Amino acid sequence: MAGTLLFNALREAIDEEMGRDPHVCVMGEDVGHYGGSYKVTKDLAEKYGDLRVLDTPIAENGFTGMAVGAAMTGLRPIVEGMNMGFLLLAFNQISNNMGMLRYTSGGNFTIPTVVRGPGGVGRQLGAEHSQRLEAYFHAVPGIKIVACSTPTNAKGLMKAAIRDNNPVLFFEHVLLYNLTEELPEGDYTCALDQADLVQEGTDVTILTYSRMRHHCLKAVEQLEAEGVSVELIDLISLKPFDMETISRSIRKTNKVIVVEECMKTGGIGAELIALITEQCFDDLDARPVRLSSQDIPTPYNGSLENLTIIQPHQIVEAAQALVNKGI
Amino acid sequence: MGQDLAVDSAPIGTATAGPHAERLSKLVTAQRATVDRDTGLDLYRDMTLGRRFEDKCAEMYYRGKMFGFVHLYNGQEAVSTGVIGAMKRQHDWFCSTYRDHVHALSAGVPAREVMSELFGKETGCSKGRGGSMHLFSKEHHLLGGFAFIAEGIPVALGSAFTSRYKRDALGDASSNAVTAAFFGDGTCNNGQFFECMNMAQLWKLPIIFVVENNKWAIGMAHDRATSDPEIWRKASSFGMAGEEVDGMDVLAVRAAAQRAVERARAGEGPTLLECLTYRFRGHSLADPDELRAEEEKQFWAKRDPLKALERDLTEAGLVNSDELRAIEKDIDSIVQDCVDFALSAPEPDPSELTRYIWAED
Ligand SMILES: Cc1ncc(C[n+]2csc(CCOP(=O)(O)OP(=O)(O)O)c2C)c(N)n1
Ligand SMILES: [Mg+2]
Repeated sequence: MAGTLLFNALREAIDEEMGRDPHVCVMGEDVGHYGGSYKVTKDLAEKYGDLRVLDTPIAENGFTGMAVGAAMTGLRPIVEGMNMGFLLLAFNQISNNMGMLRYTSGGNFTIPTVVRGPGGVGRQLGAEHSQRLEAYFHAVPGIKIVACSTPTNAKGLMKAAIRDNNPVLFFEHVLLYNLTEELPEGDYTCALDQADLVQEGTDVTILTYSRMRHHCLKAVEQLEAEGVSVELIDLISLKPFDMETISRSIRKTNKVIVVEECMKTGGIGAELIALITEQCFDDLDARPVRLSSQDIPTPYNGSLENLTIIQPHQIVEAAQALVNKGI
Repeated sequence: MGQDLAVDSAPIGTATAGPHAERLSKLVTAQRATVDRDTGLDLYRDMTLGRRFEDKCAEMYYRGKMFGFVHLYNGQEAVSTGVIGAMKRQHDWFCSTYRDHVHALSAGVPAREVMSELFGKETGCSKGRGGSMHLFSKEHHLLGGFAFIAEGIPVALGSAFTSRYKRDALGDASSNAVTAAFFGDGTCNNGQFFECMNMAQLWKLPIIFVVENNKWAIGMAHDRATSDPEIWRKASSFGMAGEEVDGMDVLAVRAAAQRAVERARAGEGPTLLECLTYRFRGHSLADPDELRAEEEKQFWAKRDPLKALERDLTEAGLVNSDELRAIEKDIDSIVQDCVDFALSAPEPDPSELTRYIWAED
């Protein structure tokens, strides 16, 4: 069978980087002997030893802070949040110490860390396990935030994140781990700060990230059939936004829709549209449209859960309305 | 014996001075470090620098030269000097809290850099970006000034992890740096303390958890905040070595720290060291200090660690008091020099406001 599953692409990236640099290490719950809750670090403990792939006690605040101290003294730790939501318990360490310490220390220390793990709305996992933390962390200075969406970019971005000398929050999506794709040959990386122009088009720009990329692709298929030409951009970098790619596209289409899985209030789209309004106002022919999740804890019930997040048909409708309005 | 060091302690009953004083009075010091003349003078110099630097900070704060929350260390000098003096500067690592000026000085950060930081100047050890509660120096292995309670403990754990990683994963047999994490009694009720004690002992990391039990967490008395006030005993639940020590006696602290360092270097793991001490000033310079009983303050004032060391050194015939007065004069000029330096030092360049966010800049 050709192709690599997304979780294996991440695993390959970590494996290759650990082989390349002995300072790279992994720490988190069940990352070692168990191989990670989504098997992203499967067999790595066997290959690199228990110290380099460290099974930690269930102490998120403690081991995240430990990664900061290890990074300050020369290591390059990758912290796995068994579920990204659990890192709410490590918010202080991520914000105060990963994010701000380089600045408050006047440049004394660098904190080369990657914090990665699964997030997003899965299949009826309940509210606490269905969180999208990217917006919560968005205001923290000094951290880069990326979201992968395909096996190819997962591997390239992970390798780049590990090599980066700054803290990187790396969001994976529970429902994307089993995507399969043929990976490029050899050692490649993807730029952490560059959006991915998934498809070119002329009528409307759709900006999205993570799993919503795939919802958008479904919508685009239908829209194309109806003669609407969509430019689809996967943001990849949630902080900083690749405003160059974004504004270039808006100059061309003059219309923009943001599709996101995080909640509407204080979300990624909120910040993005504020920036677009500031920087691309004169290029817009219509008000920007924001398609986000409901501002509610994700319900357990399957149909309620579907109603909570954006579905492809809503993207189709929003694009049709925007294009047809043609203000 | 720790309590023997107190200068005529008779008039103040420990009952009125409170339970913390009672604990110190009952404490039997297992062993005190024996020091030669040079080491004795070094310890005295370090403690005097700590004391006089802090006194100068108070003066500068009230004269409007320094801002924000400023937490002074007066009274606790035996802990910083006793522990850091037993370690290797620029080799071992040190982690502090918001009460960090004196730890920085003991670690070897030049007084000029510390004072400049408090004045917010570019010549500060954190380039004026950190301030009193965020002193950092990579050069002097100061992991930080951490302003939030307990958050420095996991960071210190990380540096201890690096020592072990370098030895066992990178095969560097010479990797034997020990990390000392300093924090207060109130901090020992926070989860990060327990999380890190567990991990440190589990992985036998070379770290010393130094609790500076000064009885107070701002206005919260220690015995009102914790179920068992004897913090050092908590080590045993983790199978860790724990010890209580007279934190007003630099030689007792030094001996305990030496034992802990030896254990850590030998790969035998961490130690919880509870130092019974007291702060001679309010929690911060903004604290009117109205809650603490006069009897309590007097009990501890009589155990001033500088006076105790002076008595030890002179009674042992190692130094005479004239030599110590000369050290004080010397320190006074260092402190004056660092103030002069800080006053005339440049402000950070406004065009560099957003520098130091990213590693590349
Ligand atoms: C997370 C957090 N909560 C509360 C505070 C406010 N605060 C600052 S110092 C302090 C008391 C700490 O007492 P202790 O640990 O005994 O240290 P000491 O000040 O006595 O050195 C508190 C509550 C803080 N800085 N951080
Ligand atoms: Mg205290």
